[in-house]
Amino acid sequence: MTDINSANRIELISFRIGDQEYCVDIMAVREIRGWAAATPLPHSPAYVRGVINLRGAVLPIIDLANRLGFGATETSARNVIIVVRIGGRVVGLLVDAVSEILTTTADAVQPTPDVACDAVKKFVKGILAVEGRMISWIVLDQILPDDAVLEVAA
Amino acid sequence: MDAFESIKVTFFQECDEQLAELENGLMALEAGDGDGEVINAVFRAVHSVKGGAGAFGYEDLVKFAHTFETALDLMRSGKLAIDADAVRVMLRASDVLADLVHAARDGGSVDQERCDTLAEELTLLASGESKPAAMLEPEEEEDSFGFTPLQIALDDTPAPSGRWRIKFKPHQALYAKGNDPLFLLREVARLGECEIEMDADGVPSLDALDPDGSYLSWTVYLDGEKAESDIRDIFDFVESDCDLVIDREGAAPKPVVEIVPPVAATPAVAAPRAVAPARAEPEHRDEAEPGKAAASAGGASASAPPAATIRVDLERVDRLIDLVGELVINQAMLAQRVGETGAVERSSSVALGLDELEQLTRELQDSVMAIRAQPVKSVFQRMPRLVREIATATGKQVRLVMEGEGTEVDKTVIERLSDPITHMLRNAVDHGLEGPDERIDAGKPAEGTIKLAALHRSGRIVIEVSDDGRGINRERVRAKAIEKGLISPDVPMSDEEIDNIIFLPGFSTASAISDISGRGVGMDVVKRSIQALGGRISITSQPGRGSTFTLSLPLTLAVLDGMVVTSAEQTLIAPLTTIIETLQPKDGEVHRMGPNRAVLSVRDSFVPLIDVGVSLGFHETPTSPTDGVILLVESEGGGRAALLVDAIQGQRQVVIKSLEANYQRVEGVAAATILGDGRVALILDVDGLVAQRAADNRTSDPIPLAKAG
Repeated sequence: MTDINSANRIELISFRIGDQEYCVDIMAVREIRGWAAATPLPHSPAYVRGVINLRGAVLPIIDLANRLGFGATETSARNVIIVVRIGGRVVGLLVDAVSEILTTTADAVQPTPDVACDAVKKFVKGILAVEGRMISWIVLDQILPDDAVLEVAA
Repeated sequence: MDAFESIKVTFFQECDEQLAELENGLMALEAGDGDGEVINAVFRAVHSVKGGAGAFGYEDLVKFAHTFETALDLMRSGKLAIDADAVRVMLRASDVLADLVHAARDGGSVDQERCDTLAEELTLLASGESKPAAMLEPEEEEDSFGFTPLQIALDDTPAPSGRWRIKFKPHQALYAKGNDPLFLLREVARLGECEIEMDADGVPSLDALDPDGSYLSWTVYLDGEKAESDIRDIFDFVESDCDLVIDREGAAPKPVVEIVPPVAATPAVAAPRAVAPARAEPEHRDEAEPGKAAASAGGASASAPPAATIRVDLERVDRLIDLVGELVINQAMLAQRVGETGAVERSSSVALGLDELEQLTRELQDSVMAIRAQPVKSVFQRMPRLVREIATATGKQVRLVMEGEGTEVDKTVIERLSDPITHMLRNAVDHGLEGPDERIDAGKPAEGTIKLAALHRSGRIVIEVSDDGRGINRERVRAKAIEKGLISPDVPMSDEEIDNIIFLPGFSTASAISDISGRGVGMDVVKRSIQALGGRISITSQPGRGSTFTLSLPLTLAVLDGMVVTSAEQTLIAPLTTIIETLQPKDGEVHRMGPNRAVLSVRDSFVPLIDVGVSLGFHETPTSPTDGVILLVESEGGGRAALLVDAIQGQRQVVIKSLEANYQRVEGVAAATILGDGRVALILDVDGLVAQRAADNRTSDPIPLAKAG
């Protein structure tokens, strides 16, 4: 019983962007830290807020709201950076606040409804219904700017 | 099999060391400052290689090493004169030996013809003497790698008189140098029937026993037919570390403890070990080992015991360096914060503690960087061979003098030194030095001298390659440069400027492309690769007297000397090596060109003006040049540019952090670093900025943020 449960179980960290809730797989999350001013990078997309120093590593900060098509986040000390590992890279995601850890199963994940705009559809893998709230599960693979796209733009 | 493979790996590692030793020794002999000890060292090196090779069945290697060894042995015993010709042959033989070792290791093939030629030359060298080399063969053949156990008769009957009596009492130093009496006694046993007695009387009681001490002695009775020199040869390497008496037996003394057969009887061998475990690893004795052990016993005996070292994964060291860099930044941050509170007095214990912390972190950083520092010897030692080969190919006589091989520099730099040095040496032999006839005509010795030196100078490593050749032919260089359209014929040039033409891309003076340095790579490539490392290269030349190339490099690639500047409220770092000068432009020095370009006049020459803030997209309206500061920079291509920034904050050393590790390359930015306040600052890619400007053909200033999004 437990084996089947654990095999199927997914743990997610949910967070808020504006009044919407999103979540990412907890296995990708390295740490959560407070907002620190980032050094802007030249010739970068607007959703790349810059780079910060995380104990000696230089990591880029992605403004997730902006990446999903909202406006740029107005940062304050209340903002939170979720440090995630994407492939071999470590990246910070700028969000408004972290809410909770969700435990669910793969069966509970519903496909993204067709109403979502392209920008959201690109990053949302599915949605979860938790106590009447809707939480969108974000896949991280495409969060970083596409090298090829950037090269063309530059 | 695994154990065997790992022994093999060790063998090849040792071979590399032996080969280096061999070459060093031969070069000392060539330079004329070789004494008996050097010849011994050289002989031992070859001997060890041969011994190990025999154990692993590398027939070609053994064969050649044997021929080599035979010649060396004659030299060692004074039967062959140590003259320049002989040493030269041996140097070339050492190259072949190195080839053979590498072929054995990597499975490649060797130039068989060259190998045979040299073997012939060596034989010729050896046979030119009164004693034919063959005389030595049987014994040499046996002692190094034939480790078949000998059957030794074990009987207590009194030995026949007239036998050799060898009293052998090792000192502690003998064990310390990694020798083992067992091997020596085994060698003796091979000379003929013998009886070996061990005297354990000297062994103190356990409480008084020094585990590293030497308490045992042996007496060997050997059949009298052998020559005394044969016996002495065995103890040759350890003679200074033991009491050795060899005489003819008068009356047979009584066995003191028991008769120890050197090979067959394990308990007897084990017993002294239990009492005095002088060797560190007595347990290592499988069948494959003796070859190696014999090699090390022969090789290590006379050289000083090497300093204790460990091999560490480079990644771990890098991680450590990263962490220490982090600590330094953190410490600076802490000090700054404490200072900001204003509540801490300078003499308070907190302030004193912080001072101490600062000192400790500095020391820690230095020590950690020292871990990665290596002497340039690892690069230098490849060069004599290179020079010899080029000299042979060009028919020139060249002597390479090396200085400062012990100069230490970070591993990251070492790895990149090899190519530029190789190239500069090639050039020096091929272009710098004249042929022997021409040299004699010019009143110089037929043999040219090339000096390769390394030294530390003001926090950088300086490598100098100088030759005593013909120097730079300035007229020819200038004519050639004009012909190739590199310079304009009517611009007057100083000697220095002409000398520097050779660094221009597309310039090569050799009229025919030679095999040596004409591989489509010119000095411009050398210069570029040096600059990529944050280094500089320069040349001085005196016609008829020679040229000197000087290259200076940072001691490490992990840190960089930078100029901290601000532009559009951002803190940026410009690599100090690219900056020629800084200046404050005056009104009238900036000239507009077209709608949005400007040039700066610097002492009558015009250089393009680049507003760093605009170029990086930090702001859209250019700074007024008179409000800012100009960094006059030189890019890799040699082009100059004036970078306009808002202010200069100062110079500092910064730790280089990659942007690509977690993100990707960013145009105009070489890397990042972390400042004392913990924030990330970007290091400017000066070449990128200059190139970007040159390639930018847009009619309006770019607004990169909008463009990229």
